[in-house]
Amino acid sequence: MATSTKTLSQPILLLWILVGWAGFLLLPWYLVDGGLFSDQWLVDGYPFDKNYAPAVFLITQGEKLWLAPLLIPLVMPLFALKREKSDPLYAKILILTGAIGFSWLIIQGFSIGIRGWNYDWLSSLFGKLDGRQFGMGYGGLFLASSFLFLLTQGIAARGAINGDVFVVGAIGFVIAIVGAFVFLPIVNMLMSAFITEDGSYSFLVFAGKFFDDRLWGLSCLIGPGRCGVAWNSLFLAVCVGFLTTVLGLIFALVVTRSGFKYRRAVRALTILPIITPPFVIGLALILMFGLSGSITQFFSELFGLQPTRWLYGLPGVMIAQVLAYTPIAFLVLIGVVEGVSPSMEEAAQTLRASRWQVFKTVSLPLMRPGLANAFLLGFIESMADFGNPLILGGNFDVLSTEIFFAIVGAQYDQGRAAVLAIVLLGFTLTAFFAQRKWLGKKSYTTVSGKGDSGVHPLMPSGLAIPVLVIAAIWSTFTLTIYGMIIYGSMVKLWGVDNTLTFKHYVTAFSVRVTEKGWQWTGSAWDSFWTTIQIATIAAPLTAAVGLITAYLLTRQSFRGKNAFEFGTMLSFAIPGTVIGVSYILAFNVPPIELTGTGAILVISFIFRNMPVGVRAGIASMSQLDKSLDESSLTLGANSWQTFRKIILPLLKPAILAALVYSFVRAMTAISAVIFLVSAKYDMATSYIIGRVENNDYGLAIAYSTTLIFVMLLAVGILQLLVGRTKIGRRESAAREKS
Amino acid sequence: MTTFKKLLASSAFALVAATGMAQAASLTLYCSAQEDWCQLVANSFEEASGIEVNMTRKSSGETFAQIKAESSNPRGDVWWGGTGDPHLQAAEEDLTMKYMSPMRDQLHPWAISQAESSGNRTIGIYSGALGYGYNADLLNAAGLEAPSCWADLLDPSFDGHVQMANPNSSGTAYTTLATIVQLFGEDKGFEFMAGLHANINQYTKSGSAPIKAAARGESTVGIVFMHDAVKQAVAGFPITVVAPCEGTGYEIGSMSIIDGARNEDSAKAFYDWALTTEAQNLALEVNAFQVPSNASSKTSPSAPNMDDIKLIDYNFTLYGSSDERRRLLSKWDEDISTLPQ
Repeated sequence: MATSTKTLSQPILLLWILVGWAGFLLLPWYLVDGGLFSDQWLVDGYPFDKNYAPAVFLITQGEKLWLAPLLIPLVMPLFALKREKSDPLYAKILILTGAIGFSWLIIQGFSIGIRGWNYDWLSSLFGKLDGRQFGMGYGGLFLASSFLFLLTQGIAARGAINGDVFVVGAIGFVIAIVGAFVFLPIVNMLMSAFITEDGSYSFLVFAGKFFDDRLWGLSCLIGPGRCGVAWNSLFLAVCVGFLTTVLGLIFALVVTRSGFKYRRAVRALTILPIITPPFVIGLALILMFGLSGSITQFFSELFGLQPTRWLYGLPGVMIAQVLAYTPIAFLVLIGVVEGVSPSMEEAAQTLRASRWQVFKTVSLPLMRPGLANAFLLGFIESMADFGNPLILGGNFDVLSTEIFFAIVGAQYDQGRAAVLAIVLLGFTLTAFFAQRKWLGKKSYTTVSGKGDSGVHPLMPSGLAIPVLVIAAIWSTFTLTIYGMIIYGSMVKLWGVDNTLTFKHYVTAFSVRVTEKGWQWTGSAWDSFWTTIQIATIAAPLTAAVGLITAYLLTRQSFRGKNAFEFGTMLSFAIPGTVIGVSYILAFNVPPIELTGTGAILVISFIFRNMPVGVRAGIASMSQLDKSLDESSLTLGANSWQTFRKIILPLLKPAILAALVYSFVRAMTAISAVIFLVSAKYDMATSYIIGRVENNDYGLAIAYSTTLIFVMLLAVGILQLLVGRTKIGRRESAAREKS
Repeated sequence: MTTFKKLLASSAFALVAATGMAQAASLTLYCSAQEDWCQLVANSFEEASGIEVNMTRKSSGETFAQIKAESSNPRGDVWWGGTGDPHLQAAEEDLTMKYMSPMRDQLHPWAISQAESSGNRTIGIYSGALGYGYNADLLNAAGLEAPSCWADLLDPSFDGHVQMANPNSSGTAYTTLATIVQLFGEDKGFEFMAGLHANINQYTKSGSAPIKAAARGESTVGIVFMHDAVKQAVAGFPITVVAPCEGTGYEIGSMSIIDGARNEDSAKAFYDWALTTEAQNLALEVNAFQVPSNASSKTSPSAPNMDDIKLIDYNFTLYGSSDERRRLLSKWDEDISTLPQ
């Protein structure tokens, strides 16, 4: 046994030591202007030029001497190489190495900024610093990961999680990246709620902004005044959460418990709003129901009514959000409605319950987790939504747009934005915990592995008729909207000149074929290719991080697991606007300098969308019997092999869900993106915003329509690539037997 | 185990692989004018100079916020276009740098006075007068009389027909507020704003949104810069442009070099080029109807003729300063926006 541990663990140790040394000796320590793969740095004075030098060359030239202490933790692990893993010194050396190295990297990173020391007491202690610090590059990245994994190997060697190097490493990795890309920026941002004008901290500043009448005012209840933004947001989110849940349930019932013929069509219909870029639904609503909208005009002529601006404000935003988020509620509920075991319902029926009684007392209560989840999702999505309130809000202000305008508006009040963000975060987190508490103590398990071959009973007819009618009306409404979107992308100037034309598509996506090859002359191509590139990079990374986290959460137990879960889910409850602002503030300065790169977009997508990967992973992993892992482990495989060979292949649906979701989100997200796009990396949605601002609805809608088809195609390709998996083990076993 | 590391390493590389390629001479341009104009300016400068241009278009408020957020480590080189106030504010906060262009003697005096009031940290590139536009179809349908003065908008028959931007979020609307205050005096000016408030159907966030709403038939009147209204009329919408009879204020679209610009030489080259007639005549190609700052540049026949408009002597130094701005905005917030509508 001892020899096997040795051959297994030592190469890993050696590898991470080598990675550390490579980061120190070979790779440029600071960010290379233009990226590592431009290979300009190789011919341009490497390794002696200060901009491209590895740390060791900087130190020997007497530059950046604060990097010199890193040599100590670089040498230390060499002493562990010859020791046995069971030797207590082995663990001690590695833990010490990792801790010293990692914390020194962080200390030097945060104390020395662009203009020398970041804190006054440091410059009075050590004197003024001439050198400046740039963002850390590959050298720093390699060294940091080396120290991180040396630390986790040390902890594993002490016996944590049965000495499992992979699991401890993965936990450390997830903690490190979530810390750097979720907690650091958010804490940084929230602190600014307390900053006074002269730069010191004060609680009074926070209190003054928090108890503002514009935030909590209630004058709309008693008179003609306006209510605070906080109440507006809350009211809207509760309404949207409730309506989407009800509509989602209705569709789920139609698909699973009615004899309705076109159930597959209903299913397909629900995908549409998810792959629709923001603004499009809002624009279509304006063009139909606005003061001069086609439907408004039609009815006002028919009945001689004076057209009004009823759409702008709460009604418009609510309709747009319900249209957009009902499908999400449906997707959550369909799983639960299907999952209610028919045997329970059959048992009730045999006991002579009427169909109505069965539905009310058995089916509905068992759907409670789904209902709560659907409500929560609708609530959070509505709170964080930015595009719809922006164009349909009228004088109805909500938190997400207020945050945006506190920052970009003429007042530039970052503190107020931070306070609004805290309120918003407070609402979403409260909803999150309330939901967990409500579901907490009861068991909803009905699928137990014992035969459940029954068939779901149909809905009671008193329920079926209204359900079908509502579903039909809503489907027609959705279809009309999408019909209008396609029509709108093909008319010259909607409402003024309704001649059909492909002009908008040509402006956006024209291609000229010359001798030099293809020339992408359309105005949208730049942002289009960037978007595809960023989404393609972000999707697999999001899925990977999400599934590893899900694996740790379902299959491993370790101290602080609850906090770990909370941390990884947190970014879901943080609205995009907040993420965008906090990223700009945190990652524009060393040690992590990312603004203006494509990487910051990729990273923001990973951490915005990771929670969905985690949820999808948890959901499917908890369906996989733990005995599968155990047998793999007893047969001598380690946990990494088990993860890769046993769990991963069975997770294909979860992988697909995570991939599709993060790809689609990367193409349709706007609220965080608008802060992070740069000259070189402009995204489709921010380009579309520009067109909408310019009153160029035709081009905006044409671009969005194209994106919808591209996403449909991409989802299809992903489905082919990942492939289907035969999850039903019992089924295949039965087939083998026969 | 090594596979896991490969996965980690490859994801780390993929993260930074998105960081792109290096260029020899380049310029990062923050553009706050309309999208197609920005594109055209960026492309034309690239052709004229051989310097590669990276352009981002954001509204002047967003750009100001970005420059301020990035001030400890500037990413942009030149900020071109957008109303003058945020440029002046940036100059006041030392976010932009001093530069005396050799092109200055070719400019209109208003462009130079904009530079002087900022300590030469910004300069005028175009100007446009404030006014409003109305949708003639909606006006007729509602049986309203065609307005021609600021005071006409206060008529009770215009209840719910007027749209303007919120001065807290839009430079255009702040210019409106400052214009009214300078035109009627502060007390009378705020009385006017209160009267207008009663007729407003929505305070939009963005400055030119009201005239777009009017163009689409979502509002009857939109208070905006006249060149924005002309643009909608030229695009084919039933918009009539009005230069108010009492006189009106104007904006000076400006340009500044960002302090600490990484490509300072390219920035100066762009700055000088942007003041030439060659660069300023580009506006005509994209239906931008502002008056260019180079005295010999061409103006469009559809553009509002500045000689026919009664312009007030707008005090950019006073009303561009952050103290006065904050005072007026909070007064508007407390006295006007809380009134019932």
